[in-house]
Amino acid sequence: MTPILNFLIPATDACRRTGPHDKIVFSSRVRLARNLKGAPFPGHGRKADRIKAFEQLMPAISGLPQVAPDPYAEAMDKTSAHEKQILVERHLISREHATKGSGSGLVLNREETLSVMVNEEDHLRMQSLLPGLQLDAAWSAIDAVDSALQEQVEFAFHEQFGFLTACPTNLGTGIRVSAMLHLPGLVLAEQINQIIQAVSKLGLAVRGLYGEGTEALGNIFQVSNQQTLGETEQEIVQRLNKVVLQVIEHEENARLSQLEKRPNVLFNQIGRAYGILAHAHTISSKETMNLLSLLRLGVDVGIFPGTPRTVVDELFLLSQPAHLQLGRIEKLDAEQRDGVRAEMLRQRVKSIPTPDHTRVAVRTESI
Amino acid sequence: MQCQVCKKAQAKVHYTQIHDNQVKKVDLCDACAKENGINDPAAFALADLVLGLGASQKIEEVTTTTGAEVACKNCGFTQTDLKKTGRLGCSECYVTFAEALDSLLKNMHKGTRHRGKVPPVARRAMDLEAHIRQLETDLKAAVAREDFESAASLRDAIKTSRQLSPAS
Repeated sequence: MTPILNFLIPATDACRRTGPHDKIVFSSRVRLARNLKGAPFPGHGRKADRIKAFEQLMPAISGLPQVAPDPYAEAMDKTSAHEKQILVERHLISREHATKGSGSGLVLNREETLSVMVNEEDHLRMQSLLPGLQLDAAWSAIDAVDSALQEQVEFAFHEQFGFLTACPTNLGTGIRVSAMLHLPGLVLAEQINQIIQAVSKLGLAVRGLYGEGTEALGNIFQVSNQQTLGETEQEIVQRLNKVVLQVIEHEENARLSQLEKRPNVLFNQIGRAYGILAHAHTISSKETMNLLSLLRLGVDVGIFPGTPRTVVDELFLLSQPAHLQLGRIEKLDAEQRDGVRAEMLRQRVKSIPTPDHTRVAVRTESI
Repeated sequence: MQCQVCKKAQAKVHYTQIHDNQVKKVDLCDACAKENGINDPAAFALADLVLGLGASQKIEEVTTTTGAEVACKNCGFTQTDLKKTGRLGCSECYVTFAEALDSLLKNMHKGTRHRGKVPPVARRAMDLEAHIRQLETDLKAAVAREDFESAASLRDAIKTSRQLSPAS
């Protein structure tokens, strides 16, 4: 098997993928939870049960035409802690799956749009991940994987309860639909809490960058459905799509009004972010994320003409701990990492021309 | 000692619960203790921490006629395990604990009946069930109007369909 680090698309190319509304929507994800009929769920079963499920599922998944050609398929105990962390930072496995060892596995297609975790909390957690707002397409892709797999494997299903999952919060459709949003305008306009509250009232959850229980660093928010039983998959996907489109509209309005009402505040923050990123010699992950968010906003409003958004998106990824560790033999501690991060940022931000707010006024309409 | 809920503040409330001869301990800070209703010990269980406040009360007590605790025949998961972890042991647990889960699901989800995708195996079984129910209705109607010839053929059709059903 090719090692995962050789299999993965280089960060530059991974960040160059585009999709609809990708100015505000980083990515769209649809995940399905499935379990084998009769077998104990991974959390309750013994190691032998998990290995049995693993041996049945891994070949079935990697043989699917949907993940062809040449998918990555490997056991988690053959994956190092560093490699697992890289996969978490790419959003290809969950943080929970990164803690798993023997009996757990991963199947990943070449494009990295489909990933199937074996023996996470459920026997199967399969996700489709696409750039920009493409919830419908993500649902169709993972639906096809699920249907193809059902020709070979019988999943635990109950006429009333639907697909049966280890946690009753995933019961029924087993679906989790989510979109990763960049909302600096709403944060600067201090409207983000109102939006979060409004979205929560619709039965949707708003979370930080790495899902459940994580902080919203870099003004990045993840919106997802909470309820899985009592509605069809299409209804859940459509509702989330509608809500995300509304949030996009609010974010665009917030950016415009900040630019009209407080342009100096905005330019000041973006300019300072650029200055720190270009000249710091030690910088934490948290500060980096928040400054990169402002840099990205600067690109969106036109302060950095000629600089594509993908350059900033790549920096978001390369600033993460496991990505900083890449290519280094000695293990970096937190302090060393902050130094290495600052060095990487200084070098790369150098290629971004200094901010020019005079270019913004003429471009306001296109924001 | 750190609070087990927020994992930030110092734990000041140390709660021990003894249930079915099993001891469970939880250490919480003041704020989290209050939030989880620890000042009212009767209302507290670990499942609350996982599934939200009040979940364990909604997992209704179901006991067998002998008074022993219900356990899943397939995997041995017990009601105590369910309360403790907020999760189930295997797919059969949903049949074993169906009654206990009912009100929990009502609060958690939009509805308590699945309306989404159905696997082909289950779809065929469900279609067959619906077909049999229709034949039975027709049979009753035929008997009511004393059309015994139709009734006899309907009875045979039901018998044939039942043999196809995996439940039989």
